[in-house]
Amino acid sequence: MKYVDEFRDGRLARRLAAAIAEETRSDRRYHIMEFCGGHTHAISRYGLRDLLPDTIRFIHGPGCPVCVLPIGCIDNAIEIARHPDTVLCTYGDTLRVPASGGISLLKAKAAGADVRMVYSAMDALALAERHPEREVVFFAIGFETTTPPTAVVVQAAEARGLTNFSVFCNHVLTPAAIQNILESPEVRELGTVPLDAFIGPSHVSAVIGSRPYEYFAEEYQKPVVISGFEPLDVLQSVLMLVRQLNEGRFEVENQFIRAVNRDGNRQAQRRVAEVFELRKSSEWRGLGEVPYGALRIRERYRDFDAEHRFALRYRSVADAKACECGAILRGLKQPWDCKVFGTVCTPENPIGSCMVSAEGACSAYYTYGRFRDGRAGQPTREEVIHVQ
Amino acid sequence: MSSNVKPGYVRPVDFRRGIVDLAHGGGGRAMSQLIDELFRREFDNPWLDQGNDNALLARPEGRLVMATDSHVVSPLFFPGGDIGSLSVHGTLNDVAMSGARPVALSAGFILEEGFPLADLRRIVQSMAAAARDAGVPVVTGDTKVVERGKGDGVFINTTGIGVVPEGVHLSGDRARPGDAILVNGTLGDHGVAILSQREGLSFGTGIVSDSAALHGLVADMLANAPGLRCLRDPTRGGLAATLNELARQSQVGLVVEEDALPVREEVKAACELLGLDPLYVANEGKLVAICPSGEVEAVLGALRAHPLGRDAAVIGRVVEDPHHFVRMETSFGGARNVDWLAGEQLPRIC
Repeated sequence: MKYVDEFRDGRLARRLAAAIAEETRSDRRYHIMEFCGGHTHAISRYGLRDLLPDTIRFIHGPGCPVCVLPIGCIDNAIEIARHPDTVLCTYGDTLRVPASGGISLLKAKAAGADVRMVYSAMDALALAERHPEREVVFFAIGFETTTPPTAVVVQAAEARGLTNFSVFCNHVLTPAAIQNILESPEVRELGTVPLDAFIGPSHVSAVIGSRPYEYFAEEYQKPVVISGFEPLDVLQSVLMLVRQLNEGRFEVENQFIRAVNRDGNRQAQRRVAEVFELRKSSEWRGLGEVPYGALRIRERYRDFDAEHRFALRYRSVADAKACECGAILRGLKQPWDCKVFGTVCTPENPIGSCMVSAEGACSAYYTYGRFRDGRAGQPTREEVIHVQ
Repeated sequence: MSSNVKPGYVRPVDFRRGIVDLAHGGGGRAMSQLIDELFRREFDNPWLDQGNDNALLARPEGRLVMATDSHVVSPLFFPGGDIGSLSVHGTLNDVAMSGARPVALSAGFILEEGFPLADLRRIVQSMAAAARDAGVPVVTGDTKVVERGKGDGVFINTTGIGVVPEGVHLSGDRARPGDAILVNGTLGDHGVAILSQREGLSFGTGIVSDSAALHGLVADMLANAPGLRCLRDPTRGGLAATLNELARQSQVGLVVEEDALPVREEVKAACELLGLDPLYVANEGKLVAICPSGEVEAVLGALRAHPLGRDAAVIGRVVEDPHHFVRMETSFGGARNVDWLAGEQLPRIC
């Protein structure tokens, strides 16, 4: 397939892997956090670990929009979906995230709520236009990549004079999350999470540019490479980071020159700024309260804000006790450090959100990497009781 | 002397503008008329002509095999087929995977009130054509009508029986380490053809469903390679689900090579756009075969000589593995699991 096969060429991959093996020093480790779940998925799906020397360690970051959604948000979304004559539209993976009381949007749908999967925010808007008798709510989630389309539909809804359309905004911001990780005591003082460098998500930078990372690279002395999501992109980015670390540099480099520049997409940024403003603080699964890490709809577009229309009250809900999603999202633990990984918590019956999305670290390990440690057994009775 | 009894006149079923109503399943004249003018006429065989509620079949020599399948596909009509042809192929293939020669089919229809009779006739005609092409009669059937809103137009259940020839022993638990794994052609065609027609996903594609009856191909394979161990058709859940089933049944591990998997460029592109993996996309005219390594050439030769096996390929091998994992060797020289599908395939977000 044109423009895809070129970036999945096994021959080139082996050459890049050989270059990485040659340039890595045997007397040190390279701890690289791939912030985005898309990279976690690519690393697992293409078996990239097998190509790299042991000195390269990946730490899976919290950049999976489904994984960082707190239970309280899903509870709110289910509350909306249960209103009579209301349709809740959202992106695929969100449907499976476990909420309070063992339900999810998928289960709420089975019980009669009208929940629909859409591929685009525009599909939700079109649904509202076709059904003026129904209240249509778009449950908007995602990082900077999915934010501009949400801004566009809010403005389009106003321009078309729709009164039955609103957005439940749960968009979150990448730089705030990275800063939160770098500021966490485990990284800053205790040194329990060694963290040398970041692979930055290219689709986010296609919107915000590479400039927002310059501050981290400088302030925390961590190199960043903005990377594409094809396996060759990831390998090349690893090589670029190895070189920076070997040479003692900490710069923001752009591997994804196909679409990313320093300034990003100005028009998208303008639209986002028109419709959204920062939340002073918001709850993230795994990271807790993150200051200025999420967006809400401005007063100016209040009529299209589902939080206002449905008078939603946010209630924070703690994760299941045995679930280690929090520690995994912060890079403190690996999926198999979690007691319930692959036993009670599986993609069919996820306890934590990292097992839900294909981008979640647990799901990626379970689906693609499980044969390595062979933990595929059934849960023991004790484990089942422990979780319940 | 003239009789007072008026000659019965029954207005023919209006297949142009008519719709299914509850009377068509009520056991009265309307139902009997629908059966006569549609099902009996189209399926056209002596068993249905007898008008009994059952079909009397002569006892064939050999072991009998039986399989059933319910069809609820949406949309009902798709590129390369419709629910009618699919309901014949699906069940025939389940029968054929035992190595059997299918001999008869039954068909149960659940119709939704309000469904256009024109569409129903089109479906039944397509079903009859598929059965005729396969050489297997639909010998008995049933029709029920549910109220509007309680069905999705048409659901069709078909059951098939077949006869397994002497000396043929195909079963999912017979794969042994060292065996080879083959498929008869490209993967994911049916699922992508269906998806391309779904509401909200309109994308233009030339991909047509691979829906086809495979028993002829199976007979050729068995004639060439009597040592064949297992056959299975990778329908729902795609190749990934079928391989996992076989690994578990046979208590072995399976290793497939990514580079060897036949997938059409258009299917790859559609999956790439929709965030799907072709390994998990449904097929309706495909089979997975496992045979001893010594018979690979014989199986491959038989496959490629048949129109339904032209793109056949050896895709992997059976290994020992206490965990019964299915693994893939990626084009990159890496390895990963090929797991069961969790729920439905949902696209990733950003």
